[in-house]
Amino acid sequence: MNQNLPNSFRSGPDERGHFGIFGGRFVAETLMPLILDLEKAYADAKADPAFQAEMNVYLKDYVGRPSPLYFAERLTEHLGGAKIYLKREELNHTGSHKVNNVLGQIMVARRMGKKRIIAETGAGQHGVATATLCARFGLECVVYMGAVDVERQQPNVIRMEMLGAKVVPVQSGARTLKDAMNDALRDWVTNVHNTFYCIGTVAGPHPYPMMVRDFQSIIGHETRNQMQEAEGRLPDSLIACIGGGSNAMGLFHPFLDDPSVEIFGVEAAGHGLTQLHAASLAGGRPGVLHGNRTYLLMDADGQIEEAHSISAGLDYPGIGPEHAWLHEAGRVKYLSATDEEALAAFQLLSRLEGIIPALESAHAIAKLSELAPQRPKDHLMVVNLSGRGDKDVPQVGDILKARQK
Amino acid sequence: MTTRIDARFAELKQQGRSAFVTFVMAGDPDAKTSLDILKALPKAGADVIEIGMPFTDPMADGPSIQAAGLRALKGGMTLRKTLAMVRDFRKDDNATPIVLMGYYNPIYIYGVESFLADAKAAGVDGLIIVDLPPEEDTELCIPALKAGLNFIRLATPTTDDKRLPAVLANTSGFVYYVSITGITGAATADSNAVAEAVARIKRHTKLPVCVGFGIRTPETARAIAENANGAVVGTAIVDVVRANLDAEGRATPKTVSAVADLVSALAQGVRGAKQAAE
Repeated sequence: MNQNLPNSFRSGPDERGHFGIFGGRFVAETLMPLILDLEKAYADAKADPAFQAEMNVYLKDYVGRPSPLYFAERLTEHLGGAKIYLKREELNHTGSHKVNNVLGQIMVARRMGKKRIIAETGAGQHGVATATLCARFGLECVVYMGAVDVERQQPNVIRMEMLGAKVVPVQSGARTLKDAMNDALRDWVTNVHNTFYCIGTVAGPHPYPMMVRDFQSIIGHETRNQMQEAEGRLPDSLIACIGGGSNAMGLFHPFLDDPSVEIFGVEAAGHGLTQLHAASLAGGRPGVLHGNRTYLLMDADGQIEEAHSISAGLDYPGIGPEHAWLHEAGRVKYLSATDEEALAAFQLLSRLEGIIPALESAHAIAKLSELAPQRPKDHLMVVNLSGRGDKDVPQVGDILKARQK
Repeated sequence: MTTRIDARFAELKQQGRSAFVTFVMAGDPDAKTSLDILKALPKAGADVIEIGMPFTDPMADGPSIQAAGLRALKGGMTLRKTLAMVRDFRKDDNATPIVLMGYYNPIYIYGVESFLADAKAAGVDGLIIVDLPPEEDTELCIPALKAGLNFIRLATPTTDDKRLPAVLANTSGFVYYVSITGITGAATADSNAVAEAVARIKRHTKLPVCVGFGIRTPETARAIAENANGAVVGTAIVDVVRANLDAEGRATPKTVSAVADLVSALAQGVRGAKQAAE
């Protein structure tokens, strides 16, 4: 596994979009010319100082960045080990890290002259961020969302509609995130001439995994500076939850070449790894879906299996290709948390710190009880609090009420 | 090397007519019925047969073909059984070209080398893999050509003159022109736009050009066949399968004959075309 390690973990992907054997461009011919256009448009934007300058204005005044790095004193005391900091992405406008990426992609879409934006969404956080930026820039917005997720994430559906987006409930397959992505791709193939597909995570055909990672890396860059200010040094460990893996990649990427920093990704173990779950690294193997090669949950015939997680945002049978590569290279350690562990962490953070986390982020919090107590008090641990839990309040409330009976 | 595909198009050229290419989903609604449908197709007038390899996530397909794939998977279809079905078909028919159409993941999981060997041995002539553009040719296209199979590429309205040479470079057998930007079964092909596109592709290749997506009726089939070397019908056939199942989604005594009737009517349309494009 650890043979042929690269000089840098931060130099990927190659010009064909590969991270080792992962990534690539596995899409229908109809989309290929547009993917190549996008690759070029993004490279131009990246090289244009005016693009970054404009981004910075919106990141500061519209999104509200930088997001704080907060010392979670009571959580630290409670766990009795490492000193725990929370990267407060849940304080961003729209309530999660998703807006970092959407802002970037919408600005690329504007450079390309695209007037219609489509997106897939699981928990609705990416959909809300996309609807928000489309409202801000006067663009048509269509969001594909699995019908099951439309049910369990009603507050976000209402928000998207208030922002002027059209939410399309997807009835195919398991009616969750994977199927929403299928239907978004079908829309894109059909409306390729005027439509920009704003993918919400570090997956899909090249250049998406790279581009989304770049836009999310602001999380890790800020964390470096903020930890330097607070403690005068780098953190010792990083933890983030992973569905497709964009909040995790954003936090991890700027630290990949700092060997002293331990890095942990947390997949959703659902009912447990031997039952229904969404942990593609723990329970899957390499395959090709949604434009890239990566770890996927599938059967012996290569048919994709349905994922399960209490959290709609993690309920996906794949993972970003760069994570698959970092997993095989051994640079990042991937753990998993069950629905039950996430629910407990959801309540723990609410009670101890007065912060209601998204169920997605609660998966990362859940692993603190394993990781923090084992480490010394001067160990600096950063958890990415990728989203806030307002959207989950009705769902968690129902679950807890049902248990009281 | 000459495949059954090359031989069939050469033969049709001599007869001065275009090919009628039919698409059916392997294992829809079950392996036995599906094999019976397959066997009925040449008699009903199919010149080339595309067999869909079912996949859970067919990103370029509309609701009809998505549902057909899921019916097949529910009935226990696998890639291995799809190859077995071709082997059975070949017992009685060694001339009709068979093209497998689908998505890459089941093949990747089967193992590229063993899949190609097994497909060739079963009597498969060509492959159409929707999610493998020329940028990923090293995955399957090059190995398939080496194994003696045709690799048939999709060209689309978004494939411009600059890109066409790359798309055609490793294409063999025929070129499949996707007449609409969109998913299967979504819209109706416009025969004038198609004629223009086929002429454009023919400036870049000597291969036959077949046109699919959006052909449902004998009339459209004829109009397309007048402007191309072949017309492909998929969704309309798959819809007839569905319409002739019982309430539980099982085959009925009418399933095979209803498909054969539609295919005969469509074949009449194609054969009624005035003059195939050169």
